[in-house]
Amino acid sequence: MIDIIDLRKKFGNLEVLKGITNTIHEGEKVAIIGPSGSGKSTFLRCLNCLEDPTSGQIIFEGVNIADMKVDINIHRRHIGMVFQQFNLFNNKTVIDNIMLAPLHIRLSDLRNKKIKNFFIKLRNVFTSNKKPLYEINTTKAQIQEEVRANAMRLLKRIGLEDKANAFPSTLSGGQKQRIAIIRALAMNPKVMLFDEPTSALDPEMVGEVLDLIKQLADEGMTMVIVTHEMGFAREVATRVLFMDEGLIVEENTPEEIFNNPRNPRTKEFLSKVL
Amino acid sequence: MGNFDKKIEIFWKMFYEYNGYTKVLTGLQNTLYIATVGLAIGIVIGTIIAIIAVIPKYKRLPRILDSICKFYVGLFRGTPVVVQLLVFYYVIFPLLGVKMPSVNVCVLVFGLNSGAYVSEIMRSGIMSVDPGQLEAARAVGLSFGVSMMKVVVPQAVKNILPTLGNEFIALIKETSVVSFVGAADLYVAFNYIGTNSYEFMVPYLVMALIYIVLVMAIALLVKIMERSLRKSDRHN
Repeated sequence: MIDIIDLRKKFGNLEVLKGITNTIHEGEKVAIIGPSGSGKSTFLRCLNCLEDPTSGQIIFEGVNIADMKVDINIHRRHIGMVFQQFNLFNNKTVIDNIMLAPLHIRLSDLRNKKIKNFFIKLRNVFTSNKKPLYEINTTKAQIQEEVRANAMRLLKRIGLEDKANAFPSTLSGGQKQRIAIIRALAMNPKVMLFDEPTSALDPEMVGEVLDLIKQLADEGMTMVIVTHEMGFAREVATRVLFMDEGLIVEENTPEEIFNNPRNPRTKEFLSKVL
Repeated sequence: MGNFDKKIEIFWKMFYEYNGYTKVLTGLQNTLYIATVGLAIGIVIGTIIAIIAVIPKYKRLPRILDSICKFYVGLFRGTPVVVQLLVFYYVIFPLLGVKMPSVNVCVLVFGLNSGAYVSEIMRSGIMSVDPGQLEAARAVGLSFGVSMMKVVVPQAVKNILPTLGNEFIALIKETSVVSFVGAADLYVAFNYIGTNSYEFMVPYLVMALIYIVLVMAIALLVKIMERSLRKSDRHN
């Protein structure tokens, strides 16, 4: 699903990623672990080009999205991302947070179609070979209705439908992060990226967020998770990547990595955190 | 001060019986019109410049746009607004062959002038918004422009509202120079009353009073707006 080929990223003179090659298959749950400063987060952020790679390719569904000429916004719709700091839009209510992107994208699609149809109609007046119009079978109100219904369905799923009209500043960290997750889900992504989703949470709220991620995993969502929760990585992941100094040092199934690490650096790291 | 009553009487006569108040009302209307529309133009220009300033500069186009904006800001912050008024009214528009009422010239010049200031205010506002907000908006597939307009700028405006209020107050007071190009503002109205009655003290005091009342009203308005925008941080 995502092919990463010789991915490199430099910040000034500092080379953070030193040539990563890997493939993330559909349905896989990949956990990325490693010491801080090893480039885990940068790697994850390169996968949806929040950081533009210095060189290398990221092939998502056959398209190299690391290419600057590609319209990255279209591909990002299919890649959900959840941040360490939640990053809910502070100026919008919970429901608007969830609705913003799907609503905007569908409405602007509708608008573009209408504009194109207008020009086709104009053209059809003057030429004999008539071009067909784009089909428009939804109205603005219908789209709004649908997007809202979907957002409410997702909110119900996490049991926060009563918070629909609250502002993010009134919510707890765990609630914010769960809303951030369903905000990403509202776009029906094909893959979800989690950037240390529980690191900014109070300990008692970690559980509710991990439970939701686990549910998604069980539903077959492809996901890439940067995490410090080794227990969670072990339980959910189908494959664990250990990164150090900008390289994937070791990758294996969670059982193998946690019980039987081969690389000395993996051993050292795990002995510190487990 | 013995004849202060007399002075007030003269002023009142000019103001009321000889229709001085119509001039004052036109003046007030022009002052408010120039300042309000000027600020609106300024906010639009300033927001555009500020967004251009924060676009990542990988490509050539944003870099060129940014240097044009920097030149514009340097030009309009580097010259007094009176000079800009005179240059536009007596040099640029005649050269272009454009005939425009002086009030509209003033609106344009004050808009361009405050655009230069608002751009810096807006830029500081945008930078005060957590970069994660932009990242989150980009990550769900919104373009840079849409993310800015729907997520970042509304939060930036909330942060800079007091400063924008300040800019509006400054603008209201700066409009007192529009008589240089023959636009009728408050100063022109009260000066008319003064010259016709040979009595300047009371008209000028009343003018000062009107400015103070205007500024206080704006300050109050800004406060009300701030309170309504702040509902997103209220804990309920």
